[in-house]
Amino acid sequence: MSLFKRYFNKKKYDAAHTVTWSEDMPSKGLFFKRFKKHKLAVIGFFYLAIILLAAIFAPLLAPYNPNEITDAFGEGPSMAHWLGTDDIGRDILSRVLYAARVSLSVGIGAVVISSAIGAVLGLIAGYFGGIIDGIIMRITDIFMSFPYIMFILVVASIVGPGLTNIILILGILGWPGIARLVRGNVLAIKQSDYVKAGMALGYSTPRILFKHILPNTIAPILIYATSGVAGAILDEAALSFLGLGVQPPDASWGNMLSSAQSITILTDQPWLWIPPGIFILLTVLSINYIGDALRDALDPRNVK
Amino acid sequence: MSQQTKTPLLTVKNVKTYYPVKTGFMNLQKSYVRAVDDVSFEIYEGETLGLVGESGCGKSTLGRTIIGLEPLTDGTILFDGKPMNFRTDRVSLSKQIQIVFQDPYSSLNPRLTIGDLLAEPLTVHKIVPHHEIQQEVSRLLALVGLSDSAKSRYPHEFSGGQRQRIGIARALALRPRLIICDEPVSALDVSIQAQIMNLFKKLQRELGLTYLFIAHGLGAVKYISDRIAVMFAGKIVEMGTTEEIFKNPQHEYTKKLLGAYPIPDPKKRSILTKP
Amino acid sequence: MFGYILRRLLIAVPVLFGVTIINFIIMRMAPGNPIDMLVSPKLPDAAREAKAIELGLNDPVYMQYWNWLKNLVMHGDLGYSMYTSEPVVSMILERMGPTLILMGTALVLGLLIAIPLGILSATKQYSKLDYIFVTGSFLGISIPNFFLGLILVYVFAVQLNWLPSGGMKEVGADGGFGTLLMHMILPIIVLVANVAGRNIRYVRSSMLEILGQDYLRTARAKGLKEVFVVNRHALRNALIPIVTIIGLEIPILFGGAVVIEQIFSWPGIGQLTLSSIMNRDYSTLMGLNLVAAFVVIAANILTDIVYAFVDPRIRKSYVGGAK
Repeated sequence: MSLFKRYFNKKKYDAAHTVTWSEDMPSKGLFFKRFKKHKLAVIGFFYLAIILLAAIFAPLLAPYNPNEITDAFGEGPSMAHWLGTDDIGRDILSRVLYAARVSLSVGIGAVVISSAIGAVLGLIAGYFGGIIDGIIMRITDIFMSFPYIMFILVVASIVGPGLTNIILILGILGWPGIARLVRGNVLAIKQSDYVKAGMALGYSTPRILFKHILPNTIAPILIYATSGVAGAILDEAALSFLGLGVQPPDASWGNMLSSAQSITILTDQPWLWIPPGIFILLTVLSINYIGDALRDALDPRNVK
Repeated sequence: MSQQTKTPLLTVKNVKTYYPVKTGFMNLQKSYVRAVDDVSFEIYEGETLGLVGESGCGKSTLGRTIIGLEPLTDGTILFDGKPMNFRTDRVSLSKQIQIVFQDPYSSLNPRLTIGDLLAEPLTVHKIVPHHEIQQEVSRLLALVGLSDSAKSRYPHEFSGGQRQRIGIARALALRPRLIICDEPVSALDVSIQAQIMNLFKKLQRELGLTYLFIAHGLGAVKYISDRIAVMFAGKIVEMGTTEEIFKNPQHEYTKKLLGAYPIPDPKKRSILTKP
Repeated sequence: MFGYILRRLLIAVPVLFGVTIINFIIMRMAPGNPIDMLVSPKLPDAAREAKAIELGLNDPVYMQYWNWLKNLVMHGDLGYSMYTSEPVVSMILERMGPTLILMGTALVLGLLIAIPLGILSATKQYSKLDYIFVTGSFLGISIPNFFLGLILVYVFAVQLNWLPSGGMKEVGADGGFGTLLMHMILPIIVLVANVAGRNIRYVRSSMLEILGQDYLRTARAKGLKEVFVVNRHALRNALIPIVTIIGLEIPILFGGAVVIEQIFSWPGIGQLTLSSIMNRDYSTLMGLNLVAAFVVIAANILTDIVYAFVDPRIRKSYVGGAK
């Protein structure tokens, strides 16, 4: 959530930094040229592609069924089990691979939901203004007043844990940031002459909103959503770590780390918790680097 | 004076456009900026009314109020003798009045190709049958002097003058009778300005269009206007035929504006600019 | 200025109101009988039923909300814990101290690191130093705080045995300032890594933006030394947006506290939250959620007011209460 909150949340920051992205979007060639300047983002992109493929093809790649109990109990890395096994004999590598599915689906699923809700509310608030805007923005303020992780924890404890619930909770509670961002952009785009031309041409409001305004605010939504994916992956991990996310026996990087709260596992079986931790770190790091490169490549103020 | 017996195409009567400005403690007090303050005039079919005044005098606001882009605070606007209501008749009115904007860079949606941009109004209002849309787009492009190859390109691939031609083509798509030209040439290079002015003249001749032509200097409208209205601080201070305004200006402000208009002949210049 | 503050406070009223409504809705969604949240579970059944009627639990929902709100506003009453039967308010107040110590220290230290590093990074853009700081910043926001916490415990508490692995003091001992400090080091490192990570790039980009402004180019063109340009002209304007960081950090730190307190057995709000979840103690949970939201709103109001004081553009426009 950290990046999520950091960039666009504060009203004053919004006001001072809202850029009309619609003008002079970089061409595809220029976009790639700028993106490629960020070497770490390119590396991150390839890393993510590999993780994504590994997650999709986990059943083919995993040496064992993730819940299968092998005859090695709590053993360290070996040729048979590259990352060792846990105390009940499950293969860690297989579990890490299957857990990638959880992390990526939470990250993407939650952000798709929150972006859709946030974009629609932001569009409506910014376009219609007045009382509608006031109500939507106050609701946004209300949702932002709850400390995010704590709010999620409370809701999760009431709704109950599980993968689908986590995606829904993160998705439904994560929209305020996007709504504010989209609203700010709509306010700027609404004043542009091509929107006025659309009105003069007698276009319907939905047509103006979704065909003329929304496509011109896609770039900032995309950048924001990228950091949102990173945030959602971290949130799911934290939730699962605390026992309120994905429930065992299903594997998630977060709940695999949870076992390290026991001092014997922390001390004597580091292979149980270090690999999932590293995977979260690298995945989130890659996404954040990509988000940063996107920002640079899509920013219309950037002339190079 | 056959004009006087006809119904004017556009009648603007005592039009006011005020913007509330919140002031005072807790924003409770309201005061108003009087952008357009009690303006009346008429435009007849086929003529061009030039509307001039300095920046901030309310001329653009007036233009946008007429086409329903700014709220009408008070007064009436009649089109063809009938009152206009943009809330209920936006669709049918859009086929009667169109607008060409000042800034050719912000008036075209950067995400649409020129083909899509021009096809959209045709599709939305079913101006031509579906299978003739491409043909109609080509016709519109030809009308403003652009080639068919423009269809697949995006606005940023064109120069300012070309973009303005596209903006004009878009305004023509719905075959309107009145076009509000909101300083359509002031953002362009001088050499391009003349081309676009000629285009406006040509279109008026061929299509029988009526223009409300907004500009900030008299020089820009002299060439195209039949009559000229001079606006100052939200009010029309003088109105007359182009000849009257140039030969015999009545209002002090008009005289000042004339002084700012460069006279090509240096011998005459000194006489006219003398206050 | 007074007008501005008053306006800001008034805007907060509907938000506060909304927060209580949402909180109430969630509370009613919780499984179990709401009577358990409001009275001590030790009462006999007949008395409970009588109490339910007295408390108006058979009333329509909006009446219930109104009564609950009245209790909250008039008496600061958040009901009783469904688990320990203690008043929720006193449980929260008891745990507030340790959490505030942790959050406050982390916030101050984190900013003390982020601000100079961010400024240095911006003034030496594209240098090695800039590269290192920015990379560090990315690491700080990308590492899950519980993973970093576990690593620190593993290295410094288990392997090296330099620092305690959790709690605020030694078991059975009274503890003093020294032991408290020792116990704080690891959790503070984790939180500071997060705070600094989030903000180095924020400060950097805010500084870069200012450095690119025309008036700084003018200052340079006048022949002023770069050090002077940065200190005298850029720094002041770059620091203004940083005020908002504090408002942004507080809700995030609250969230972070839940995880960190769990790992380091820190007896604060976060641990209370988790134990309430485990014990299905919804009344305490709701109280915690509400108090946390109040703290965030208060922090936001304070930030806005401070911002108004620092930023001459806002200060000027509100002089004498006019506009």
